[in-house]
Amino acid sequence: MDTTTAFTTRPEGSNVTVIDVVGEITAASEPVLMEAFATAARARAVVLNFTGLDYMNSSGIGLLVTLLIRARRNNQALRACGLSDHYRQILALTRLDEAIAIFETEAAAIAA
Amino acid sequence: MTEPRDKNNWAANVERLHVEGVPDGARSDTVEGRRLTGALQGFGQLWQKTYQVPIPGHTPQHVVSTWKAEYGRFWPRTNRFYAPIAGIKPGEVGLIRGSSGPVRLSTGVMVVYADETSFTYMTPEGHPFAGWITFSAESVDGVTRAQALALIRANDPLYELAFMFGGNRQEDRMWQHTLASLAEYLDAPANVTTNRVKVDGRRQWNRFGNIRHNSVLRTMFRRA
Repeated sequence: MDTTTAFTTRPEGSNVTVIDVVGEITAASEPVLMEAFATAARARAVVLNFTGLDYMNSSGIGLLVTLLIRARRNNQALRACGLSDHYRQILALTRLDEAIAIFETEAAAIAA
Repeated sequence: MTEPRDKNNWAANVERLHVEGVPDGARSDTVEGRRLTGALQGFGQLWQKTYQVPIPGHTPQHVVSTWKAEYGRFWPRTNRFYAPIAGIKPGEVGLIRGSSGPVRLSTGVMVVYADETSFTYMTPEGHPFAGWITFSAESVDGVTRAQALALIRANDPLYELAFMFGGNRQEDRMWQHTLASLAEYLDAPANVTTNRVKVDGRRQWNRFGNIRHNSVLRTMFRRA
């Protein structure tokens, strides 16, 4: 299937970096997602904006766990915004919502 | 808004597990009413364990459909998997009875994700491991490769001790056996490879209390 997946980073002030998730999160996304996360190494908080997410399988959930572990190691907060009801349900099912703070809007996630 | 492509692959969110119909010989009391536990809710060190075997001559779809249909057949004889009546589909719960020497265990898993080339189980409270295990197949350089990938940590301190003193290797043997059996069933040599990565070396002491759900202890006391 022809899909476009991209993780672009945007610094928001000196403490927060936003990663825009576009396309898929699967096992194949690992190198690109980790590279994007590495560019946010100095941020105190990383916001994953899922507005452009259109597919995630269970390997994608594993990737988010790995990301969370790395963030904890760096003493960074990991936040999420732009989740559709479907992906919000998946984070609840897998109990990732207990560790990743979820916000309605990007502005709220940045300000938290 | 268009519907996500993965909508039908994921189970609906559940607060607590419910077992629909308990097969003869199985027990549901260590599963019914339990919450699911992901890799973040367990106690022990977090491991990513990958077991792979090449299965030439079959498509990934055929390997996974066979795996789903015959899942329990590939397990070691000491453990038994009672597949959900509806099959391995998102939201279905399978029951497990296992033993290691004198230790007996009744537990289960829930299918949280399934598509044509993969399916994923998540474990309930009291299961030896908290996390996910994904079974998949993909084509690598024209050869289908089956894989089991576990992202797990011991659910409580007792399981972590057991994991440190033999449980880790025992778990490796379990999945190596499974993949070897799958390969042999599909007329492929059982050349299984194993890769273990410690993702998080820290123990989550705030999860010490998970021990109250320990299914081995509950199974043992119920037998006594």
